[in-house]
Amino acid sequence: MTEETLTKEGLKTQEYFVNMGPQHPSTHGVLRLMLELDGEIIKKVIPHIGYVHRSIEKMCEKDSYRQIVHITDRMDYLSNHMNNEAVCLLVENALEIEVSDRVKVIRTIMSELTRLSSHQLWWGVMGMDLGALTTFLYGFRDREMINDIFEETCGARLTMNYNTPGGLMFDIHPNFQRRVKEFVAHFKTKLPEYDALLSDNVIFRNRTEGIGVLSKEDAISFGVTGPTGRASGFSNDIRKHKPYSAYDRVEFKEILMETGDTFSRYKARILEMWESLSIIEQLIDNIPEGEIQSPAVKAVIKLPKGEFYQSVETARGELGVYVVSDGTKNPYRVKFRSPGFSNLFVLNHLAQGYKIADLVAMMSTIDLVIPDIDR
Amino acid sequence: MYNFSALTQSIHQYLSEAMSPLGAKITEMAIIGLVLIAFVALSVMGLVYIERKVAAFFQLRVGPNRVGKWGLLQTLADFLKLLMKEHIMARNADKFLFNLAPFLIVTAAFLAIGAVPFGLGLQAFDINIGVFYISAVSSIGVLGILIGGWAGNNKYSLIGALRSGAQVISYEISAILSLLTIVVLAGDLQLSAIIESQRDGWWVFKGHIPVLISFVIFLIAGTAETNRGPFDMAEAESELTAGFHTEYSGIKFAMFFLAEYVNLFIIAAVGATVFLGGWMPLHIGHWQAFNHIMDYIPSIVWFFLKTGGIIGIIMWFKWTFPRLRIDQLLVLEWKYLLPINLVNLLVVAFITLMGWHF
Amino acid sequence: MDRENLQKIIATWGNEAEFSPAPVPANEETGTKAISGTQFLEVTIKPEHLLTYANKLRNEPELQFDFMFNHTCVDFPEHFMVVNHLRSTRHGHEVVLKVKLEDKETPQLETLSHIWRTAEYLEREVFDLFGIQYQNHPDLRRILLTDDWEGYPLRKNYEDPVNMISL
Repeated sequence: MTEETLTKEGLKTQEYFVNMGPQHPSTHGVLRLMLELDGEIIKKVIPHIGYVHRSIEKMCEKDSYRQIVHITDRMDYLSNHMNNEAVCLLVENALEIEVSDRVKVIRTIMSELTRLSSHQLWWGVMGMDLGALTTFLYGFRDREMINDIFEETCGARLTMNYNTPGGLMFDIHPNFQRRVKEFVAHFKTKLPEYDALLSDNVIFRNRTEGIGVLSKEDAISFGVTGPTGRASGFSNDIRKHKPYSAYDRVEFKEILMETGDTFSRYKARILEMWESLSIIEQLIDNIPEGEIQSPAVKAVIKLPKGEFYQSVETARGELGVYVVSDGTKNPYRVKFRSPGFSNLFVLNHLAQGYKIADLVAMMSTIDLVIPDIDR
Repeated sequence: MYNFSALTQSIHQYLSEAMSPLGAKITEMAIIGLVLIAFVALSVMGLVYIERKVAAFFQLRVGPNRVGKWGLLQTLADFLKLLMKEHIMARNADKFLFNLAPFLIVTAAFLAIGAVPFGLGLQAFDINIGVFYISAVSSIGVLGILIGGWAGNNKYSLIGALRSGAQVISYEISAILSLLTIVVLAGDLQLSAIIESQRDGWWVFKGHIPVLISFVIFLIAGTAETNRGPFDMAEAESELTAGFHTEYSGIKFAMFFLAEYVNLFIIAAVGATVFLGGWMPLHIGHWQAFNHIMDYIPSIVWFFLKTGGIIGIIMWFKWTFPRLRIDQLLVLEWKYLLPINLVNLLVVAFITLMGWHF
Repeated sequence: MDRENLQKIIATWGNEAEFSPAPVPANEETGTKAISGTQFLEVTIKPEHLLTYANKLRNEPELQFDFMFNHTCVDFPEHFMVVNHLRSTRHGHEVVLKVKLEDKETPQLETLSHIWRTAEYLEREVFDLFGIQYQNHPDLRRILLTDDWEGYPLRKNYEDPVNMISL
């Protein structure tokens, strides 16, 4: 145990450990945080991860590139489409294949829909972590519409596997454009409701403002990417800095906040949802004609010898795929730079001196997906 | 207006004729006890069902709809399930205290419900310090929470219990002070006398703004005292898994559950009685005709309407607001509610002295 | 800063570093063949020079690689290659700092966790899966696997008859 200290009155106090997780309502999966507490004040957070470690990187070494795409769904299951896209982009870039504009635009729309659905889930869960139980189902109501769109076009609601190297599995469903437009119109009326329920609530403001401030320097040093990092002013949006797919032909703002507290991390995601809506609106009416699968990609993909890195912006931050190829049909080494992994370990830095309730709020705004961390 | 004392008197008379005075007394007490237990059991089941339906309404869901007509038997089914579950106890738990806590908390709830006036002449015992009595016995409940949290040998439940202790003790002050404003206005602690003083209008209407303020404070403090959201520090499921009853299972957990809803009912009943006239129909000054029409609605209906209204508001709180943090909760009480309440009490005392209220 | 200038600056620090070639497309007029090259500028150094290079890359005002966006290891038949992907958030340029570890029995490397804080956890992962012993690391424990796990799964010679299905 930790050492005993004497208070002014001569009473003995002792710090103690609490295991938060692996089964805990607000760790959103099997994450275990060892909290060193002084009363209710956090002295130290020691994350223990690996409870859903499946050694995806080792599995990839045995798989062909087409198979790897399907495994990536199972990492960050809320950014499933972007994960697939990362591997597909890497293969296409390594083979120097240009996919058609139609594929690019559809991929971008799907990515933004995935981002929206991920943020909707995050918003619902964030409210629930702070004790507002109703938000969860509001988030799910809107997410349901996106899942229906996915189901119609891809045949699945969560692990979609819509991307393949060189294009897409199938063309979009005839209803796709109509339903996406319906969704955008619907969600534009619902997003202000999100603000009314949480953002403008005085209890919520008090719980989040000025809590868990992450400075820009620390965000960079800890490698905190995505909305979590951008809330601290760390400009890291891959969509802006290294545009892929159709992001170079749409206009959107990179949401940058300054304070870096829990509320700005929250607000960054809410604003990001507006940007995603605007991206979808710009593209949905202008899906160009074109082939959905590039004929240049063969059934058995062999990458040239060398090392390749491709990053995409998922809902949680920068997902990087690093592949070392030896020229055969299987990669020699695959490494996924998962955003959640780096984001998680900033918790100890953030939470010191705050209370358990604040830790839960911070954890929510870092938006952890455990399979993404453990891989 | 039907006076239930006619019914109770006739039962009393029948019993007195049939047996000795002592025997009659004991039989009456047994009857009252059984009636209250049955009432509590039924009302808690009703409340749980209503809570679920209210939550479902807020959350775009349907709520329970499988067991029985409209899911009415769902709570019964859940209760039976809880009844049959295994009793699990942590290895180093304090056995005696662990088992004592649920009983303590339920006992406190039952003690308080005895003094609630359900209708005209329908009150188990009308003690002359009724308001004081209810506040006093309902605060025993926190002992149950503290003991339960300590005895379970779980750090989460200990944190929950300590939070709850700090919270209930703080908010009891506010609850009592806001009740005191009406005591000052009515000039009596007896619940029947307080109700009687509202014959020409409820205090919430008669007492100007100060009474409105104390009513709002009472609602806040009452919500906090029953450990319900947004003040459910003691449970705080996203922080402390289940707070003070993390280690409880089966029927012992059911008792905590029961006590939570009984306390909700008591708080709402006291609020309705003190601020909204209890079973007293809506009377407006000297509008004789209106008052007579209102009198046709039975007193017990009035009581349950008002209590139900307050319960509805408290449920609305729970399903809308995020939870406060423990320090914010205490700041709210000691820095805002308590000073406002004290000033408010002075103002009401002044109003009463000058006779400015209606 | 573009790739050529980066290489020039880094080359001034000494002649220990090896640089990867830039990709050059085939030129039909002059008849030169295409060089496949590498995606980023790759600087390969020996482990003893790691700290000097890392510090300089992080702190030189015109470089300022302040964001380590990837750190991993590759198990080649003859050596381990520790790969650091670095990016400068101010200048936007990227570099790959590679360290060749010839010792396959007891691979050792200096930690970079005091330069990039994210390295602390990425290094723990590499230690866990590859068994690279980081010197002066503040908290070198297994991170993904259980504490009593034997072996380092991402090494090519790792065999686990129970949990691995070989195809």
